[in-house]
Amino acid sequence: MTTYIIRRLIQALVVLILVTLIVFFVMRLLPGDPVLIYVAQTAEFEAMPPETLDRLRAEFGLDKHIMVQYANWVAGIFRGDFGTSIFYREDVGTLMLERFPITIHLGFLAVIIGAVFGALAGMLTAVRRGKWLDKTVTPLTYGGLTIPVFLLGILLIYAFGVKLGWLPISGYTSPLDDFWLSTRQVIMPVFCLAVFGLAANARQMRSSMLEVTRQDYIRTAWAKGLGERVVVMRHMLKNSLIPVITLMGVGVSIILGGSVLVERVFAIPGVGSLFVSSIFGQDYVVVQAITLVFAVIILMVNLIVDISYAWLDPRIRYG
Amino acid sequence: MAELLKVENLKTQFNTEGGVVKAVDGISYHIDEQEIIGLVGESGCGKSVSQLSVMQLISTPGEIVGGEVIFEGQDLLKYKAHGSEMRSIRGAKIAIIFQEPMTSLNPVLTINQQLTEMLELHLKMSKKAARERAIELLSMVGIPSAKSRIDDYPHQFSGGMRQRVMIAMALSCSPKIIIADEPTTAVDVTTQAQLLELMKDMVERFKTSLVIVTHNLGVVARYAQRIYIMYAGRIVEEGTTKDIFGKPRHPYTIGLLKCIPRLDEEEGRKLVPIEGLPPNLINMPPTCAFLPRCSYKVGRCFQESWPPLKHLHGQHYISCYANTEERTSEPAAR
Amino acid sequence: MVEKHTSDIGFSEAPVRVSEWRRFRRVFFERKLVTFGLGVLVLLVIAAFFAPLLAPYDPYELGDAGESLLQPSGEHLMGTDILGRDTLSRLIYGARTALMVGFISVTVAGIIGIPLGIIAGYFGGVLNMVIMRAMDALMCFPMLLLALFLAAVLKEYFSGIWVVIIALSVAIIPGYARVTHGLTLSIKENDYIMAQRAMGSSNSRVMFRHILPNAFPPLIVLVTMQLGALILAEAGLSFLGIGIDPPGAAWGAMVWDGYRYLANNPVLWLAPGIAIALVVFAFNIVGDGLRDALDPRLRGLL
Repeated sequence: MTTYIIRRLIQALVVLILVTLIVFFVMRLLPGDPVLIYVAQTAEFEAMPPETLDRLRAEFGLDKHIMVQYANWVAGIFRGDFGTSIFYREDVGTLMLERFPITIHLGFLAVIIGAVFGALAGMLTAVRRGKWLDKTVTPLTYGGLTIPVFLLGILLIYAFGVKLGWLPISGYTSPLDDFWLSTRQVIMPVFCLAVFGLAANARQMRSSMLEVTRQDYIRTAWAKGLGERVVVMRHMLKNSLIPVITLMGVGVSIILGGSVLVERVFAIPGVGSLFVSSIFGQDYVVVQAITLVFAVIILMVNLIVDISYAWLDPRIRYG
Repeated sequence: MAELLKVENLKTQFNTEGGVVKAVDGISYHIDEQEIIGLVGESGCGKSVSQLSVMQLISTPGEIVGGEVIFEGQDLLKYKAHGSEMRSIRGAKIAIIFQEPMTSLNPVLTINQQLTEMLELHLKMSKKAARERAIELLSMVGIPSAKSRIDDYPHQFSGGMRQRVMIAMALSCSPKIIIADEPTTAVDVTTQAQLLELMKDMVERFKTSLVIVTHNLGVVARYAQRIYIMYAGRIVEEGTTKDIFGKPRHPYTIGLLKCIPRLDEEEGRKLVPIEGLPPNLINMPPTCAFLPRCSYKVGRCFQESWPPLKHLHGQHYISCYANTEERTSEPAAR
Repeated sequence: MVEKHTSDIGFSEAPVRVSEWRRFRRVFFERKLVTFGLGVLVLLVIAAFFAPLLAPYDPYELGDAGESLLQPSGEHLMGTDILGRDTLSRLIYGARTALMVGFISVTVAGIIGIPLGIIAGYFGGVLNMVIMRAMDALMCFPMLLLALFLAAVLKEYFSGIWVVIIALSVAIIPGYARVTHGLTLSIKENDYIMAQRAMGSSNSRVMFRHILPNAFPPLIVLVTMQLGALILAEAGLSFLGIGIDPPGAAWGAMVWDGYRYLANNPVLWLAPGIAIALVVFAFNIVGDGLRDALDPRLRGLL
């Protein structure tokens, strides 16, 4: 178990280094002098004398070797220094701290809903295979996997916001300020984000439950005279969850990617919309920082998933 | 001894894409208290399916379509498959040991969890008492240092050891009958012998009846009192072990005996395999299913439907039209 | 249908082998939805290839005054957008964009990703470590985010649609590499591969003449499913405003433009939105059908 976890930690560290390298060097692909990118739009840099630019280069450490620059950049991130946004003229770390809670609020709810209800739906449809529940829910999961989130968002707004007038069509309020309004506002975006996870988990759970149903040890369980509830909850659930857990990493990745679209549709001022506006505003420091943070979140989730395998599957724990 | 379980005209079929497979086509047998019987046949002859049917452990596309399973005066097939009556029989009164020890134990639960749940369920033991009993059972079936190994997971045991765990599990509620479904097929030869001896000792000790399901006549020769020979979903010959080995009368049984290697035989005797393959159970002809492979066939075999079981003497029955006695003048003597 | 036994007395010595191709067709067309999906894809390809013939109007031609935001009618089956352009015509031309992005990206990514996976799986060791960790790193980025990030940089070098194609190609390389890696590991263990190596065949010969063809069926399934994912991602990018330059037509951008007329002209966002959903669904279900027909054991792997 310990060796397994240590191995995974080392692997994750290697991947983390590669992630930072990718982010750093892709940014360096930008044409022109990085310092120009940093100072562009901040002032009338065309009017800047070359000495000022040189001074700035030195200030940003851009006169050093590229690997030194990389090291400085990584070191800065560890200190929480993500650089300064050109557009907002604000520390990127502070900027992200303002926006991240919103995205996390939505994303976290979506992950939980997708996991719990998805797995539950998969379990029920597998146990009652071929019955009406299965026949209605399982085809729906196909739609859930393929519908574009932005289309779903617009459809929901059209139906529940415009036509029925039940829910506010856009915006975000912190639950700390106005819990009721906040909840009403997040229902539709959270559903949009959760829908992929719901569908994917339901499908995976269903097929892995059906797979487990066929296993010899389930026949053994029945042969012991156990009731259906015990057979399902005790003998099938844990085994079936193993492949479902694998999907967690992908699910979080899809939700974070989807937040960019969903926040745009619902005009939610989260990290996703910050990311998009920064791309169009050529605010590359912000783009870089958000990309990195998202990747690190997904890396962490994958690490947690790998470790939780060990908890679920003794063959890994003692392997 | 008194009759314990009586199976009457049991029929189980599988409704597959290609057609209906009559896996068990009207078999009848019985087992007495503290008796050991053997159910022998090639793979696919329906012997395992018949045992799963007794326990009502057949799942779709399989279906029990007829017959009775009389146990303690009740027809088990009248009970709902996963209803409470059936559940109170399973494990408690009739237990089963499966063929594959590697896959028949749940990989994510400890041996303790898997052993004690039956004790808690059927015998209403407390967690602590159940654990004590489980340790006792494990050492009884020959698992060394059972006390420390009870919290291990199945993958930490070898195949033979897992099968011992399965035996302990089957014994745990002192059932009336244990069905051993090819219990030794998946383990190596030395372990096979040990396991069989163990099972024999255990059923004697627990005063339990034992059904040994196997494709290997050699396995039952030593332990079973009576033997049923199955072919293509039917019983083709039944009798005491002495009948079957001394005076086999069905061409299939004769064939089976000819392919058992023996050490006490004169040199040069050839092992004679049975020609051909077992029949495909879809679209069976009305005639005897062994006909294409039979070397005793007579004209009547082609005209009439599958022969009914015919009483010979004592407990010896066969299902055959041909007179096999003449040609077995030199029986595979025992 | 399953073939009946040929022997007249009803005994068959062994199960009759249905030919591979017939089995493939039977399983593939067994599900009605797969046939439906295939139909959608055929329509998509036709629309993309014959767009100029099929489109009733020039998709770029601006309408006259009073022709903007028309409701669907006999003249404009799906109405017109704010600039008076015919929605149906733009929808048909949008199929071109979707299909072009999908096919080019899937090919480019395959050319890079498949060899990476084979090399990593075949040689193992340090090479495997380096390649697969790099793929893990790429997989840490959400596909859409990575594509946006790359697009932000690439748009300094490339124009319009090529930004999207390159960005999406990079984003799906790890998918190819991972699957091919797994396949290579299992194919490598086969005796015939061992035999080839024992006979001294060169590594590249074994990898590309023996392992690659064996990995083909699952890769076909992967490609089909990735096409769906790519078209979805392309729609997402163009919804956000990255991709084909105006006045080119892309479904995602059409949805975004139509969103402004949410209640009054729902067809403006609904029509391209449904087109995206249908095509993505079609690629997925056809991929599913292919998987079941080619090799049901791939369930769970792909």
